Amino acid sequence: MSDLYVTMTRPDSIDIRVGAGPRDTGNVAPLLNEVRHALVQLLDTGKETIIDLRSIPLGPGESERLEETLGEGEIEAVLHSLGRSTIRETAYPGVWLVTHYNEEDEIMGKFVEVTHIPQILKSQNEDINEGLQRLGSTLEQTH
Amino acid sequence: MKKDQTLGEALRLKGISRRGFLKFCAATASMMALPPAMVPAIAEALEKARKPSVIWLSFQECTGCTESLTRSSTSTVEELIFDTISLDYHHTLQAASGTGAEDAREASMKENRGKYVLIVDGSIPISNPGYSTIAGISNEDMLMEAAEGAAAIVAIGSCAAFGGIPQARPNPTGAVSVSDLIKDKPIVNVPGCPPIPVVITGVLTHFLTFGLPELDHLGRPLAFYGNSIHDRCYRRPFYDKGLFAETFDDEGARKGWCLYKLGCKGPTTYNACATTKWNDGTSFPIEAGHPCLGCSEPDFWDAGSFYQALSTPTGDITRNTLYAAGAGVAAGAAIAAVNRKHRSSAEKRHEKVTIDDLEKESKS
Ligand code: SF4
Repeated sequence: MSDLYVTMTRPDSIDIRVGAGPRDTGNVAPLLNEVRHALVQLLDTGKETIIDLRSIPLGPGESERLEETLGEGEIEAVLHSLGRSTIRETAYPGVWLVTHYNEEDEIMGKFVEVTHIPQILKSQNEDINEGLQRLGSTLEQTH
Repeated sequence: MKKDQTLGEALRLKGISRRGFLKFCAATASMMALPPAMVPAIAEALEKARKPSVIWLSFQECTGCTESLTRSSTSTVEELIFDTISLDYHHTLQAASGTGAEDAREASMKENRGKYVLIVDGSIPISNPGYSTIAGISNEDMLMEAAEGAAAIVAIGSCAAFGGIPQARPNPTGAVSVSDLIKDKPIVNVPGCPPIPVVITGVLTHFLTFGLPELDHLGRPLAFYGNSIHDRCYRRPFYDKGLFAETFDDEGARKGWCLYKLGCKGPTTYNACATTKWNDGTSFPIEAGHPCLGCSEPDFWDAGSFYQALSTPTGDITRNTLYAAGAGVAAGAAIAAVNRKHRSSAEKRHEKVTIDDLEKESKS
Protein backbone atom coordinates (compact mmCIF):
# COMPACT_ATOMS: atom_id res chain seq x y z
CA MET A 1 0.00 0.00 0.00
CA SER A 2 2.68 2.47 1.05
CA ASP A 3 4.60 2.29 -2.22
CA LEU A 4 1.54 3.83 -3.75
CA TYR A 5 2.60 7.14 -2.27
CA VAL A 6 6.30 6.63 -2.83
CA THR A 7 5.89 6.26 -6.55
CA MET A 8 3.85 9.45 -6.89
CA THR A 9 5.60 12.12 -8.94
CA ARG A 10 5.30 15.82 -8.45
CA PRO A 11 2.06 17.18 -9.93
CA ASP A 12 3.86 19.51 -12.36
CA SER A 13 5.83 16.62 -13.82
CA ILE A 14 2.71 14.67 -14.72
CA ASP A 15 2.13 14.64 -18.42
CA ILE A 16 -1.52 15.61 -18.61
CA ARG A 17 -3.18 15.18 -21.96
CA VAL A 18 -6.74 16.37 -22.07
CA GLY A 19 -9.02 13.80 -23.59
CA ALA A 20 -6.12 11.41 -24.10
CA GLY A 21 -6.69 7.71 -24.33
CA PRO A 22 -9.68 5.63 -25.25
CA ARG A 23 -12.30 6.69 -22.72
CA ASP A 24 -15.05 4.85 -24.41
CA THR A 25 -17.96 3.57 -22.37
CA GLY A 26 -19.06 1.65 -25.40
CA ASN A 27 -22.50 3.17 -24.88
CA VAL A 28 -22.64 5.16 -28.12
CA ALA A 29 -23.02 2.15 -30.42
CA PRO A 30 -25.86 0.48 -28.43
CA LEU A 31 -27.58 3.85 -28.25
CA LEU A 32 -27.44 4.21 -32.02
CA ASN A 33 -28.80 0.68 -32.31
CA GLU A 34 -31.67 1.63 -30.07
CA VAL A 35 -32.36 4.61 -32.32
CA ARG A 36 -32.39 2.32 -35.36
CA HIS A 37 -34.80 -0.03 -33.63
CA ALA A 38 -37.01 2.94 -32.72
CA LEU A 39 -37.05 4.10 -36.36
CA VAL A 40 -38.22 0.68 -37.53
CA GLN A 41 -40.93 0.80 -34.89
CA LEU A 42 -41.97 4.31 -35.93
CA LEU A 43 -42.41 3.16 -39.55
CA ASP A 44 -44.16 -0.10 -38.65
CA THR A 45 -46.47 0.96 -35.84
CA GLY A 46 -46.21 4.74 -35.53
CA LYS A 47 -44.94 4.37 -31.96
CA GLU A 48 -42.67 7.21 -30.84
CA THR A 49 -39.60 6.82 -28.63
CA ILE A 50 -37.92 9.39 -26.40
CA ILE A 51 -34.47 8.74 -24.90
CA ASP A 52 -33.23 10.89 -22.03
CA LEU A 53 -29.53 11.33 -22.74
CA ARG A 54 -28.85 12.31 -19.15
CA SER A 55 -29.86 8.85 -17.93
CA ILE A 56 -27.07 7.18 -19.89
CA PRO A 57 -23.50 7.06 -18.60
CA LEU A 58 -21.35 8.78 -21.19
CA GLY A 59 -17.64 9.45 -20.81
CA PRO A 60 -15.86 12.73 -21.55
CA GLY A 61 -16.45 13.68 -25.18
CA GLU A 62 -18.92 10.87 -25.90
CA SER A 63 -21.98 13.09 -25.89
CA GLU A 64 -20.31 15.28 -28.54
CA ARG A 65 -19.37 12.19 -30.53
CA LEU A 66 -22.95 10.97 -30.45
CA GLU A 67 -24.19 14.33 -31.72
CA GLU A 68 -21.57 14.36 -34.44
CA THR A 69 -22.61 10.91 -35.57
CA LEU A 70 -26.26 11.92 -35.68
CA GLY A 71 -25.33 14.97 -37.75
CA GLU A 72 -27.56 17.78 -38.94
CA GLY A 73 -30.70 17.46 -40.99
CA GLU A 74 -33.06 19.82 -42.75
CA ILE A 75 -34.84 21.46 -39.83
CA GLU A 76 -33.67 23.44 -36.87
CA ALA A 77 -36.13 25.32 -34.65
CA VAL A 78 -35.65 27.41 -31.53
CA LEU A 79 -38.33 27.69 -28.86
CA HIS A 80 -38.25 30.68 -26.53
CA SER A 81 -40.01 29.80 -23.30
CA LEU A 82 -38.29 29.47 -19.90
CA GLY A 83 -35.00 30.00 -21.70
CA ARG A 84 -34.35 28.59 -25.17
CA SER A 85 -34.77 25.09 -26.49
CA THR A 86 -33.29 23.83 -29.72
CA ILE A 87 -35.22 21.25 -31.71
CA ARG A 88 -33.15 19.85 -34.53
CA GLU A 89 -33.78 17.07 -36.97
CA THR A 90 -30.62 15.01 -37.36
CA ALA A 91 -29.18 13.66 -40.60
CA TYR A 92 -31.54 10.72 -40.09
CA PRO A 93 -35.12 11.85 -40.81
CA GLY A 94 -37.40 11.04 -37.89
CA VAL A 95 -34.55 11.34 -35.39
CA TRP A 96 -34.64 14.64 -33.53
CA LEU A 97 -32.34 16.11 -30.94
CA VAL A 98 -34.18 18.26 -28.40
CA THR A 99 -32.10 20.32 -25.96
CA HIS A 100 -33.71 22.45 -23.25
CA TYR A 101 -31.75 25.32 -21.72
CA ASN A 102 -32.74 27.48 -18.75
CA GLU A 103 -32.62 31.26 -18.64
CA GLU A 104 -28.91 31.13 -17.78
CA ASP A 105 -28.37 29.00 -20.89
CA GLU A 106 -27.43 25.89 -18.91
CA ILE A 107 -28.70 22.58 -20.20
CA MET A 108 -31.76 21.31 -18.29
CA GLY A 109 -32.38 18.27 -20.41
CA LYS A 110 -31.29 16.61 -23.62
CA PHE A 111 -33.40 14.08 -25.47
CA VAL A 112 -33.28 12.06 -28.65
CA GLU A 113 -36.84 11.85 -29.99
CA VAL A 114 -37.75 9.37 -32.66
CA THR A 115 -40.96 10.80 -34.05
CA HIS A 116 -42.51 12.51 -37.10
CA ILE A 117 -42.55 15.76 -35.17
CA PRO A 118 -41.63 16.48 -31.55
CA GLN A 119 -44.70 17.25 -29.48
CA ILE A 120 -43.25 20.52 -28.24
CA LEU A 121 -43.16 21.98 -31.80
CA LYS A 122 -46.91 21.65 -32.23
CA SER A 123 -49.12 24.55 -31.18
CA GLN A 124 -50.85 23.55 -27.95
CA ASN A 125 -54.62 23.83 -27.48
CA GLU A 126 -54.25 25.84 -24.26
CA ASP A 127 -52.09 28.40 -26.06
CA ILE A 128 -54.32 28.41 -29.17
CA ASN A 129 -57.31 29.11 -26.95
CA GLU A 130 -55.53 31.93 -25.20
CA GLY A 131 -54.46 33.42 -28.56
CA LEU A 132 -57.99 33.10 -29.88
CA GLN A 133 -59.28 35.23 -27.04
CA ARG A 134 -56.59 37.83 -27.64
CA LEU A 135 -57.48 37.98 -31.31
CA GLY A 136 -61.14 38.33 -30.38
CA SER A 137 -60.51 41.31 -28.15
CA THR A 138 -58.24 42.92 -30.76
CA LEU A 139 -61.01 42.64 -33.33
CA GLU A 140 -63.56 44.07 -30.89
CA GLN A 141 -61.36 47.07 -30.32
CA THR A 142 -60.86 47.78 -34.01
CA HIS A 143 -64.56 47.55 -34.93
CA MET B 1 -47.25 31.55 -5.52
CA LYS B 2 -50.17 31.90 -3.14
CA LYS B 3 -50.91 29.07 -0.78
CA ASP B 4 -54.13 27.84 -2.43
CA GLN B 5 -52.85 28.13 -6.01
CA THR B 6 -51.87 25.05 -7.93
CA LEU B 7 -48.53 24.97 -9.72
CA GLY B 8 -50.29 24.99 -13.11
CA GLU B 9 -52.20 28.16 -12.21
CA ALA B 10 -49.08 29.83 -10.86
CA LEU B 11 -47.13 29.13 -14.07
CA ARG B 12 -49.92 30.43 -16.30
CA LEU B 13 -50.15 33.61 -14.24
CA LYS B 14 -46.44 34.08 -14.81
CA GLY B 15 -47.19 34.07 -18.54
CA ILE B 16 -45.61 30.68 -19.21
CA SER B 17 -47.12 28.96 -22.24
CA ARG B 18 -48.20 25.34 -22.45
CA ARG B 19 -45.04 24.65 -24.43
CA GLY B 20 -43.00 26.16 -21.60
CA PHE B 21 -44.92 23.98 -19.16
CA LEU B 22 -44.20 20.86 -21.25
CA LYS B 23 -40.53 21.79 -21.31
CA PHE B 24 -40.62 22.23 -17.55
CA CYS B 25 -42.21 18.78 -17.22
CA ALA B 26 -39.62 17.14 -19.50
CA ALA B 27 -36.79 18.67 -17.45
CA THR B 28 -38.55 17.62 -14.24
CA ALA B 29 -38.89 14.02 -15.45
CA SER B 30 -35.20 13.99 -16.26
CA MET B 31 -34.43 15.48 -12.85
CA MET B 32 -36.58 12.90 -11.06
CA ALA B 33 -34.83 10.17 -13.07
CA LEU B 34 -38.18 9.10 -14.51
CA PRO B 35 -38.53 7.87 -18.09
CA PRO B 36 -39.66 10.49 -20.65
CA ALA B 37 -42.81 8.43 -21.21
CA MET B 38 -43.92 9.67 -17.79
CA VAL B 39 -44.06 13.31 -18.94
CA PRO B 40 -47.86 13.40 -19.48
CA ALA B 41 -48.44 11.94 -15.99
CA ILE B 42 -45.99 14.45 -14.50
CA ALA B 43 -47.72 17.28 -16.36
CA GLU B 44 -51.05 16.23 -14.94
CA ALA B 45 -49.71 15.88 -11.39
CA LEU B 46 -47.74 19.15 -11.46
CA GLU B 47 -50.73 20.98 -12.90
CA LYS B 48 -52.68 20.08 -9.79
CA ALA B 49 -49.89 20.17 -7.19
CA ARG B 50 -50.42 22.52 -4.26
CA LYS B 51 -47.81 24.26 -2.19
CA PRO B 52 -46.80 22.16 0.80
CA SER B 53 -45.41 23.65 3.98
CA VAL B 54 -41.83 22.63 4.75
CA ILE B 55 -39.98 22.84 8.05
CA TRP B 56 -36.24 22.29 7.83
CA LEU B 57 -34.32 21.43 11.01
CA SER B 58 -30.52 21.42 11.14
CA PHE B 59 -28.78 19.47 13.90
CA GLN B 60 -25.16 18.23 14.05
CA GLU B 61 -24.20 19.19 10.52
CA CYS B 62 -21.72 21.30 8.57
CA THR B 63 -24.30 23.15 6.41
CA GLY B 64 -22.81 21.41 3.37
CA CYS B 65 -26.22 19.97 2.48
CA THR B 66 -27.85 23.40 2.46
CA GLU B 67 -24.87 24.70 0.50
CA SER B 68 -25.21 21.93 -2.05
CA LEU B 69 -28.84 22.83 -2.57
CA THR B 70 -28.58 26.61 -2.62
CA ARG B 71 -25.28 26.87 -4.48
CA SER B 72 -26.52 24.79 -7.35
CA SER B 73 -26.82 27.51 -9.95
CA THR B 74 -30.40 28.66 -9.98
CA SER B 75 -31.75 26.51 -12.72
CA THR B 76 -35.26 27.45 -13.64
CA VAL B 77 -36.66 24.10 -12.66
CA GLU B 78 -35.27 24.18 -9.16
CA GLU B 79 -36.30 27.77 -8.78
CA LEU B 80 -39.84 26.97 -9.78
CA ILE B 81 -39.92 24.00 -7.43
CA PHE B 82 -38.80 26.24 -4.61
CA ASP B 83 -41.45 28.70 -5.60
CA THR B 84 -43.91 25.94 -5.05
CA ILE B 85 -43.01 25.04 -1.50
CA SER B 86 -43.44 27.22 1.52
CA LEU B 87 -40.21 26.99 3.49
CA ASP B 88 -41.57 28.08 6.85
CA TYR B 89 -38.48 27.42 8.96
CA HIS B 90 -34.83 27.00 8.05
CA HIS B 91 -32.54 28.67 10.53
CA THR B 92 -29.73 29.34 8.01
CA LEU B 93 -31.94 30.77 5.29
CA GLN B 94 -34.78 32.52 7.10
CA ALA B 95 -34.66 36.24 7.86
CA ALA B 96 -36.23 35.93 11.31
CA SER B 97 -34.02 34.95 14.23
CA GLY B 98 -34.33 34.17 17.94
CA THR B 99 -37.84 34.02 19.36
CA GLY B 100 -39.33 35.22 16.06
CA ALA B 101 -37.91 32.23 14.23
CA GLU B 102 -39.00 29.71 16.85
CA ASP B 103 -42.48 31.28 16.89
CA ALA B 104 -42.71 30.88 13.11
CA ARG B 105 -41.79 27.20 13.44
CA GLU B 106 -44.40 26.61 16.10
CA ALA B 107 -47.08 28.54 14.24
CA SER B 108 -46.45 26.61 11.02
CA MET B 109 -46.45 23.27 12.88
CA LYS B 110 -49.79 24.11 14.41
CA GLU B 111 -51.41 25.47 11.27
CA ASN B 112 -50.25 22.63 9.01
CA ARG B 113 -50.43 19.81 11.53
CA GLY B 114 -50.41 16.41 9.86
CA LYS B 115 -49.60 17.97 6.46
CA TYR B 116 -46.14 19.51 6.53
CA VAL B 117 -42.95 17.93 5.26
CA LEU B 118 -40.15 17.83 7.81
CA ILE B 119 -36.63 18.02 6.37
CA VAL B 120 -33.74 17.22 8.67
CA ASP B 121 -30.03 17.59 8.06
CA GLY B 122 -27.48 16.58 10.66
CA SER B 123 -27.40 13.83 13.26
CA ILE B 124 -28.83 13.96 16.78
CA PRO B 125 -26.57 13.69 19.88
CA ILE B 126 -28.18 11.54 22.53
CA SER B 127 -25.38 10.77 24.97
CA ASN B 128 -25.27 14.41 26.04
CA PRO B 129 -27.96 16.68 24.55
CA GLY B 130 -25.83 19.70 25.49
CA TYR B 131 -23.62 19.08 22.45
CA SER B 132 -26.21 20.65 20.17
CA THR B 133 -29.20 22.76 21.11
CA ILE B 134 -31.32 25.37 19.35
CA ALA B 135 -32.90 28.11 21.44
CA GLY B 136 -32.13 25.98 24.50
CA ILE B 137 -34.10 23.04 23.12
CA SER B 138 -32.21 19.78 22.65
CA ASN B 139 -32.06 18.39 19.11
CA GLU B 140 -33.86 15.25 20.18
CA ASP B 141 -36.77 17.16 21.77
CA MET B 142 -37.10 19.45 18.76
CA LEU B 143 -37.06 16.53 16.34
CA MET B 144 -39.61 14.48 18.28
CA GLU B 145 -41.98 17.43 18.58
CA ALA B 146 -41.72 18.40 14.90
CA ALA B 147 -41.96 14.78 13.73
CA GLU B 148 -45.23 14.23 15.52
CA GLY B 149 -47.23 16.54 13.25
CA ALA B 150 -45.32 15.79 10.02
CA ALA B 151 -46.82 13.98 7.03
CA ALA B 152 -43.40 12.65 6.13
CA ILE B 153 -39.76 13.20 7.01
CA VAL B 154 -36.91 13.64 4.58
CA ALA B 155 -33.47 13.00 6.11
CA ILE B 156 -31.05 14.98 3.92
CA GLY B 157 -27.38 14.03 3.93
CA SER B 158 -25.53 11.06 5.37
CA CYS B 159 -25.59 12.53 8.92
CA ALA B 160 -29.39 12.67 9.17
CA ALA B 161 -29.83 9.46 7.21
CA PHE B 162 -27.18 7.26 8.84
CA GLY B 163 -25.36 9.26 11.54
CA GLY B 164 -22.59 10.33 9.16
CA ILE B 165 -19.34 11.89 10.27
CA PRO B 166 -20.54 12.88 13.78
CA GLN B 167 -21.26 9.18 14.37
CA ALA B 168 -17.82 8.05 13.13
CA ARG B 169 -15.75 6.22 15.72
CA PRO B 170 -15.46 7.04 18.60
CA ASN B 171 -18.75 8.96 18.21
CA PRO B 172 -18.13 11.42 21.07
CA THR B 173 -21.64 12.91 21.06
CA GLY B 174 -23.57 9.67 20.81
CA ALA B 175 -24.86 10.78 17.40
CA VAL B 176 -27.78 8.86 15.88
CA SER B 177 -29.78 9.15 12.67
CA VAL B 178 -33.39 10.28 12.30
CA SER B 179 -34.58 6.72 11.69
CA ASP B 180 -32.84 5.57 14.88
CA LEU B 181 -35.27 7.76 16.82
CA ILE B 182 -38.45 7.79 14.77
CA LYS B 183 -40.24 4.61 13.91
CA ASP B 184 -43.83 5.65 13.21
CA LYS B 185 -43.50 8.05 10.24
CA PRO B 186 -42.51 7.58 6.63
CA ILE B 187 -38.85 8.58 6.36
CA VAL B 188 -37.06 9.16 3.06
CA ASN B 189 -33.27 9.01 3.36
CA VAL B 190 -31.35 11.21 0.91
CA PRO B 191 -27.74 10.42 1.88
CA GLY B 192 -24.56 11.82 0.40
CA CYS B 193 -21.89 14.07 1.84
CA PRO B 194 -23.50 16.20 0.53
CA PRO B 195 -26.31 14.82 -1.63
CA ILE B 196 -26.49 15.90 -5.29
CA PRO B 197 -28.65 19.07 -5.46
CA VAL B 198 -31.07 17.73 -8.07
CA VAL B 199 -31.52 14.61 -6.00
CA ILE B 200 -32.75 16.80 -3.13
CA THR B 201 -35.12 18.76 -5.37
CA GLY B 202 -36.07 15.62 -7.27
CA VAL B 203 -37.23 13.94 -4.07
CA LEU B 204 -39.20 17.02 -3.04
CA THR B 205 -40.78 17.19 -6.50
CA HIS B 206 -41.68 13.55 -6.33
CA PHE B 207 -43.36 14.15 -3.02
CA LEU B 208 -45.21 17.12 -4.51
CA THR B 209 -46.43 15.20 -7.55
CA PHE B 210 -46.78 11.54 -6.72
CA GLY B 211 -46.29 11.38 -2.96
CA LEU B 212 -43.66 9.21 -1.35
CA PRO B 213 -41.16 7.71 -3.79
CA GLU B 214 -40.32 4.01 -3.88
CA LEU B 215 -37.49 3.27 -1.43
CA ASP B 216 -34.71 0.70 -1.10
CA HIS B 217 -33.90 -1.30 2.04
CA LEU B 218 -32.05 1.72 3.49
CA GLY B 219 -34.96 4.09 2.89
CA ARG B 220 -33.35 5.73 -0.16
CA PRO B 221 -35.42 6.63 -3.25
CA LEU B 222 -34.78 3.96 -5.86
CA ALA B 223 -34.96 6.47 -8.70
CA PHE B 224 -31.63 7.96 -7.57
CA TYR B 225 -30.07 5.21 -5.47
CA GLY B 226 -31.24 2.19 -7.46
CA ASN B 227 -27.92 1.68 -9.26
CA SER B 228 -24.42 1.60 -7.90
CA ILE B 229 -21.83 4.10 -9.12
CA HIS B 230 -20.05 1.09 -10.63
CA ASP B 231 -23.20 0.11 -12.60
CA ARG B 232 -23.22 3.44 -14.40
CA CYS B 233 -19.53 4.35 -14.38
CA TYR B 234 -18.01 5.30 -17.74
CA ARG B 235 -14.75 3.59 -16.63
CA ARG B 236 -16.58 0.30 -16.27
CA PRO B 237 -15.42 -1.16 -19.60
CA PHE B 238 -11.86 -0.97 -18.23
CA TYR B 239 -12.88 -2.76 -15.06
CA ASP B 240 -14.46 -5.46 -17.18
CA LYS B 241 -11.27 -5.81 -19.17
CA GLY B 242 -9.13 -5.84 -16.00
CA LEU B 243 -7.38 -2.55 -16.85
CA PHE B 244 -6.64 -0.67 -13.62
CA ALA B 245 -4.71 2.45 -12.63
CA GLU B 246 -2.20 1.36 -10.00
CA THR B 247 -1.09 4.83 -8.90
CA PHE B 248 -2.50 8.28 -9.46
CA ASP B 249 0.01 9.14 -12.15
CA ASP B 250 0.79 5.95 -14.01
CA GLU B 251 0.00 5.12 -17.60
CA GLY B 252 -3.36 3.61 -16.56
CA ALA B 253 -4.38 6.75 -14.68
CA ARG B 254 -3.53 8.85 -17.74
CA LYS B 255 -5.51 6.57 -19.99
CA GLY B 256 -8.56 6.83 -17.76
CA TRP B 257 -8.57 3.21 -16.59
CA CYS B 258 -10.62 1.90 -13.68
CA LEU B 259 -9.77 3.23 -10.18
CA TYR B 260 -10.71 0.06 -8.33
CA LYS B 261 -7.21 -0.68 -7.08
CA LEU B 262 -6.85 2.89 -5.86
CA GLY B 263 -9.71 2.26 -3.45
CA CYS B 264 -12.79 3.09 -5.51
CA LYS B 265 -15.96 2.36 -3.51
CA GLY B 266 -18.13 2.61 -6.64
CA PRO B 267 -19.10 -1.08 -6.57
CA THR B 268 -20.67 -0.81 -3.09
CA THR B 269 -22.02 2.73 -3.35
CA TYR B 270 -25.52 3.56 -4.50
CA ASN B 271 -25.98 7.10 -5.81
CA ALA B 272 -26.61 9.04 -9.02
CA CYS B 273 -23.20 10.77 -9.40
CA ALA B 274 -22.16 8.77 -12.49
CA THR B 275 -25.12 9.96 -14.57
CA THR B 276 -26.39 13.16 -12.93
CA LYS B 277 -22.85 14.32 -12.16
CA TRP B 278 -21.94 17.50 -10.26
CA ASN B 279 -21.65 21.22 -10.98
CA ASP B 280 -24.44 21.30 -13.54
CA GLY B 281 -23.52 17.98 -15.05
CA THR B 282 -19.84 18.86 -15.56
CA SER B 283 -18.11 15.89 -13.95
CA PHE B 284 -17.94 13.70 -10.85
CA PRO B 285 -15.07 12.46 -8.66
CA ILE B 286 -14.24 9.42 -10.80
CA GLU B 287 -14.26 11.55 -13.96
CA ALA B 288 -11.81 13.88 -12.19
CA GLY B 289 -9.53 10.91 -11.56
CA HIS B 290 -10.32 10.22 -7.91
CA PRO B 291 -11.89 7.02 -6.60
CA CYS B 292 -15.40 7.18 -5.16
CA LEU B 293 -15.37 7.55 -1.33
CA GLY B 294 -18.75 5.92 -0.89
CA CYS B 295 -20.19 8.93 0.94
CA SER B 296 -23.84 7.91 0.51
CA GLU B 297 -23.41 4.58 2.31
CA PRO B 298 -23.77 3.98 6.07
CA ASP B 299 -20.50 4.24 8.05
CA PHE B 300 -18.50 5.37 5.03
CA TRP B 301 -16.04 7.17 7.29
CA ASP B 302 -15.20 4.00 9.23
CA ALA B 303 -15.13 1.59 6.31
CA GLY B 304 -11.33 1.47 6.01
CA SER B 305 -8.99 3.70 4.04
CA PHE B 306 -10.39 5.62 1.11
CA TYR B 307 -7.36 4.41 -0.85
CA GLN B 308 -7.55 0.76 0.04
CA ALA B 309 -9.14 -1.49 -2.55
CA LEU B 310 -12.38 -3.24 -1.69
CA SER B 311 -11.98 -6.96 -1.34
CA THR B 312 -12.30 -8.35 -4.84
CA PRO B 313 -15.44 -10.03 -6.00
CA THR B 314 -14.56 -13.51 -7.12
CA GLY B 315 -17.64 -14.13 -9.26
CA ASP B 316 -17.71 -13.87 -13.02
CA ILE B 317 -17.35 -10.22 -13.84
CA THR B 318 -16.41 -10.33 -17.46
CA ARG B 319 -19.21 -8.51 -19.15
CA ASN B 320 -18.85 -5.81 -21.66
CA THR B 321 -22.36 -5.23 -22.88
CA LEU B 322 -22.79 -2.11 -20.97
CA TYR B 323 -25.68 -0.14 -22.13
CA ALA B 324 -25.95 0.13 -18.41
CA ALA B 325 -29.64 0.96 -18.15
CA GLY B 326 -30.52 -2.62 -18.85
CA ALA B 327 -27.85 -5.20 -19.09
CA GLY B 328 -25.23 -3.89 -16.70
CA VAL B 329 -27.51 -3.36 -13.77
CA ALA B 330 -28.28 -6.89 -12.75
CA ALA B 331 -24.68 -8.02 -12.93
CA GLY B 332 -23.44 -4.90 -11.17
CA ALA B 333 -25.95 -5.28 -8.37
CA ALA B 334 -24.92 -8.86 -7.80
CA ILE B 335 -21.25 -7.91 -7.68
CA ALA B 336 -22.00 -5.10 -5.29
CA ALA B 337 -23.90 -7.49 -3.03
CA VAL B 338 -20.93 -9.85 -3.03
CA ASN B 339 -18.67 -6.93 -2.31
CA ARG B 340 -20.81 -5.67 0.50
CA LYS B 341 -20.73 -9.08 2.11
CA HIS B 342 -16.98 -9.24 1.68
CA ARG B 343 -16.47 -5.81 3.04
CA SER B 344 -18.47 -6.38 6.18
CA SER B 345 -16.91 -9.75 6.87
CA ALA B 346 -13.47 -8.29 6.23
CA GLU B 347 -14.30 -5.49 8.60
CA LYS B 348 -15.39 -7.92 11.27
CA ARG B 349 -12.15 -9.81 11.02
CA HIS B 350 -10.22 -6.53 10.80
CA GLU B 351 -8.59 -7.93 7.75
CA LYS B 352 -6.82 -5.56 5.41
CA VAL B 353 -7.01 -6.07 1.70
CA THR B 354 -3.90 -4.89 -0.07
CA ILE B 355 -3.00 -4.40 -3.69
CA ASP B 356 -0.80 -7.50 -3.39
CA ASP B 357 -3.82 -9.57 -2.40
CA LEU B 358 -5.72 -8.22 -5.34
CA GLU B 359 -2.97 -9.12 -7.71
CA LYS B 360 -2.75 -12.60 -6.27
CA GLU B 361 -6.47 -13.00 -6.75
CA SER B 362 -6.50 -11.69 -10.27
CA LYS B 363 -3.66 -14.04 -11.22
CA SER B 364 -5.24 -17.08 -9.63
S1 SF4 C 1 -14.40 0.47 -9.65
FE1 SF4 C 1 -14.83 2.66 -9.61
S2 SF4 C 1 -13.73 3.56 -11.37
FE2 SF4 C 1 -13.80 1.33 -11.66
S3 SF4 C 1 -15.61 1.01 -12.96
FE3 SF4 C 1 -16.26 0.74 -10.82
S4 SF4 C 1 -17.01 2.73 -10.20
FE4 SF4 C 1 -15.78 3.06 -12.07
